[in-house]
Amino acid sequence: MYAFDYQKAKSVADAAAALAKNPDAKALAGGQSLIAAMKLRLAAPQALVDLGSIAELRGIKADGKHLVIGAMTRHSEVVFSGDVKKAIPALAHLAGEIGDRMVRNMGTLGGSIAHNDPAADYPAAVLGLGATVETNKRKVAADDFFKGIYETALEPGELVTSVSFPIPKRAGYVKFKQPASRFALVGVFVAETGSGVRVAVTGASPCVFRVPEMEKALASKFAPESVANIKLPAKGLNSDIHASPEYRAHLVTVMAKRAVQAALG
Amino acid sequence: MFVRSPHAHARIRKVDLAKAAKAPGVLAVYTGEDIAKAGINGLPCGWLITDVNGQPMKEPPYPVLAQGKARYVGDRVAVVIAETYNQAKDAAERVEVDYEVLPAVVDAAAARKQGAPAIHDIAPDNTCYVWALGDKAKVDDAFKAAAHVTKLEFVNNRLIPNAIEPRSAIGAYSRADDNYTLYVTSQNPHVERLLMTAFVLGLPEHKVRVVAPDVGGGFGSKIYLYGEDVVVTWASRQVNRPIKWTAERVESFMSDAHGRDHVTTAELALDKDGKFLAMRVHTAANLGAYLSTFASCIPTILYATLLAGQYTTPQIYCEVTAVFTNTAPVDAYRGAGRPEATYVVERLVETAAREMKIDPAEIRRRNFIKSFPYQTPVALMYDTGDYQATLDAALKLGDVAGFAKRKEEAAKRGRLRGLGYSCYIEACGIAPSNVAGALGARAGLFEAGEVRVHPTGKVTVFTGSHSHGQGHETTFAQVVASRLGIPVEDVDIVHGDTSKILFGMGTYGSRSLAVGGTAIVKAVDKVIAKGRKIAAHLMEAAEADVEFAEGVFKVSGTDKQVPFAQVALTAYVPHNYPLDKLEPGLNENAFYDPTNFTFPAGSYVCEVEVDPETGRTTIESFVAVDDFGKVINPMIVAGQVHGGLTQGIGQALLEGCRYDPETGQLVTGTMSDYCLPRAGDVPSFRLDTRETPCTHNPLGVKGCGEAGAIGAPAALINAITDAIGVREVPMPATAETVWRALASQKAA
Ligand SMILES: Cc1cc2nc3c(=O)[nH]c(=O)nc-3n(C[C@H](O)[C@H](O)[C@H](O)COP(=O)(O)OP(=O)(O)OC[C@H]3O[C@@H](n4cnc5c(N)ncnc54)[C@H](O)[C@@H]3O)c2cc1C
Repeated sequence: MYAFDYQKAKSVADAAAALAKNPDAKALAGGQSLIAAMKLRLAAPQALVDLGSIAELRGIKADGKHLVIGAMTRHSEVVFSGDVKKAIPALAHLAGEIGDRMVRNMGTLGGSIAHNDPAADYPAAVLGLGATVETNKRKVAADDFFKGIYETALEPGELVTSVSFPIPKRAGYVKFKQPASRFALVGVFVAETGSGVRVAVTGASPCVFRVPEMEKALASKFAPESVANIKLPAKGLNSDIHASPEYRAHLVTVMAKRAVQAALG
Repeated sequence: MFVRSPHAHARIRKVDLAKAAKAPGVLAVYTGEDIAKAGINGLPCGWLITDVNGQPMKEPPYPVLAQGKARYVGDRVAVVIAETYNQAKDAAERVEVDYEVLPAVVDAAAARKQGAPAIHDIAPDNTCYVWALGDKAKVDDAFKAAAHVTKLEFVNNRLIPNAIEPRSAIGAYSRADDNYTLYVTSQNPHVERLLMTAFVLGLPEHKVRVVAPDVGGGFGSKIYLYGEDVVVTWASRQVNRPIKWTAERVESFMSDAHGRDHVTTAELALDKDGKFLAMRVHTAANLGAYLSTFASCIPTILYATLLAGQYTTPQIYCEVTAVFTNTAPVDAYRGAGRPEATYVVERLVETAAREMKIDPAEIRRRNFIKSFPYQTPVALMYDTGDYQATLDAALKLGDVAGFAKRKEEAAKRGRLRGLGYSCYIEACGIAPSNVAGALGARAGLFEAGEVRVHPTGKVTVFTGSHSHGQGHETTFAQVVASRLGIPVEDVDIVHGDTSKILFGMGTYGSRSLAVGGTAIVKAVDKVIAKGRKIAAHLMEAAEADVEFAEGVFKVSGTDKQVPFAQVALTAYVPHNYPLDKLEPGLNENAFYDPTNFTFPAGSYVCEVEVDPETGRTTIESFVAVDDFGKVINPMIVAGQVHGGLTQGIGQALLEGCRYDPETGQLVTGTMSDYCLPRAGDVPSFRLDTRETPCTHNPLGVKGCGEAGAIGAPAALINAITDAIGVREVPMPATAETVWRALASQKAA
């Protein structure tokens, strides 16, 4: 790790100001991605602005229609939250599938979606539920938020403050873990919401994406067999030592089927 | 901080140290040129293998810092010594190396092809040796007469050891007494010292102390003398400071010696009743870029000699071609040659049984060795065993009778259930020095022990064996305490320091209790013998009339007795003592050179379920019934078996080192790409033991450290192939691999 300056932000405004002043500064949330990259000297920010003690970024609120989760809410808080379990149990389940206990106790929702690792779990829920990402500047619809590999709609210095998830009729998330890292080799989030069915896939390609064909089939009948024969083309899917594009394409179908099953309970 | 080559194969045109030398905190920077100038030799190989053409194996130089060329990703090119580790790391980034990148070759088959890049000048075809064991003509004849031949081709996947504690070394030179001390994560400090002083640095052995305290795991990877150890020792004198180096995990991945990496074609000839007639095996073994300390004997002496397994196969021929590649050096890793051999034998046997429609347990029974001692056609003489007993126990413990029902029930849940066996044997207690010497070993393989009885009757034991997680402190203390009839708390075990222990060959090859323990027993017996003389004097009895039992010397047939502690005190306060005949003191040492190997063996039964939609395998049951001879500490033995099985399961299901075939980059260079088994990946093991005591050591023990890693992979792959009905699934049997095997089987 290279040496860096450290600053503890007191408020969102404070953090935003610090980041605006120094283009080589980075926000620090749970550090589970950022610190690891710094240790390997792959990332070398000149300064870190720690969001850890900003109270307004933390917490879970449910109002019957929406579940709003603060950016600095730890994965484990989502896992154990009664509100989340009641409103969107699939989301609590998803958070419980992230990494290990230590990672879940540190990692945050905001950090995860800002980082937008192609194999991260949260992006599947955010896109699959059609959530809205709130930043210190604006509101961004999930469909417009995730742009590409490690790329989002966030502008330099812009901070995620919370994510507002519409509460669906039912939802399910099933993940096939990459055996070594336990990130998603393929993860599929399926939700039946007031505005239709959404299917979001993570791990399979450089960025989380929706599968309109599956959404259509599920809209006419929300049942596993509706997606069982929908196959994605392998072309363009991720290829690495852990899985070929063909296998990932195959897993999308299997995981989608199982996610629907999970949503049906 | 070591500057390591980012290229798999590159000529080093120039190393510019100017910027690094000026970086803050830097004390010194050295390259291979400095090492050569200082007259430091390359790292030696401890075992000479003779090629089939009678020539010695090719031994290219293995410089401690690369000279002229870098030969694998991670090869040490320079070292930066600074006040702090971070300063050294910063400075290392300023070392400018001008590389001319050369084409690289990473797998054994490709390295032997015409036109493959030559890694060492003295081995233009990249071949270290071609070696063979057995009577080829007789084997070929037996194959011609066979009713059935089973042939398999497979890869025994390369593994990266990953001990919890990374390699670490502190070199410290003292000007006051011109002594060096090396604190190092070594499994055999005396061997490390001998190799480093006599062969590499040319230092007087008595001026170098090597200390390897309780080391955090080794699995073989810390047997060897590494360049880092040599550099910190030598450089500590140049900079006149202690120098510390600890590998980062990424360095461990790329620079610790790796294990396995065989490409094998194996054939088994059988008669119409399933009796084995002959076995023929051709293996290409990847040695990596340089010859590590024991690299040459692993795919030969520790491999081909085990191909008889538990069976009476009368003729066996094995030919091994050992090859250099642009990869990390490959050497012994838990099991070392024997897992590869067991995999060959047990995959062949299981496949043959299926092809001939004979129950796989039955075909083994028909071929088991039943009378001992047994001379195999591949040089070993098994002293004892009861393979039928371990197999029967395993069948029962695994409820094999109920398997069909479980398979049916699994099918209802959409799962494919499979059953696989593995009946392994290994040669441990390494080794009779004369036999090893005849086979090319350049060292003796005895062990040393010393038993120091203090005046109060408390005991300190010094052993040349080394403990890096095996619990020798407990087991050895038990052995000594029970032999002397004193409480186990009264015995301390000291290991891992050349200044305290008279000599030692260290710990590997499941040898510690069988060889090191026996040396201790011999020393204890000398203590008792001397004690008997002292006791006889105290009790005014004839020495022949004095018995020793449960910590008390007694005159037989009388009530005269003296306890051990009193004898000890007398030895050190010799007021009433036969000083004319006997020296005072009670301190004995012993060397033990075994007369044979020991032969632990066992039967493993594994049951898996495969999810046919994803290809994912789960282990539903794993039964291991082992015969380790006498068991001294059942809990430690179970722990060793658990660990070994987990590593064996890791090899079969999860682990596989991968280098990019074009660039030679290490693709599995971190924990997030190299999959080590975790607790959730293994089932709750069901273990049992059977005892046929070893016939040639006083404890009757055989060794248990590697068995699990040796026997498990074949059991698992046999179970998976059974579940999905295919002949072959490569290791590691990842979900995609199994899914593909299922798909091709459906297509066929
Ligand atoms: C061993 C291990 C296993 C893991 N397994 C999984 C897994 O299975 N699934 C999974 O999804 N993830 C996994 N993770 C990643 C984990 O979920 C991380 O916590 C997450 O990716 C990043 O969140 P963080 O809070 O740690 O962010 P940090 O690491 O602190 O930051 C990540 C990036 O986001 C930026 N950032 C942070 N917060 C904000 C914000 N509010 N607004 C704008 N930018 C911000 C930072 O500047 C940085 O660039 C794993 C991590 C580890 C170490």
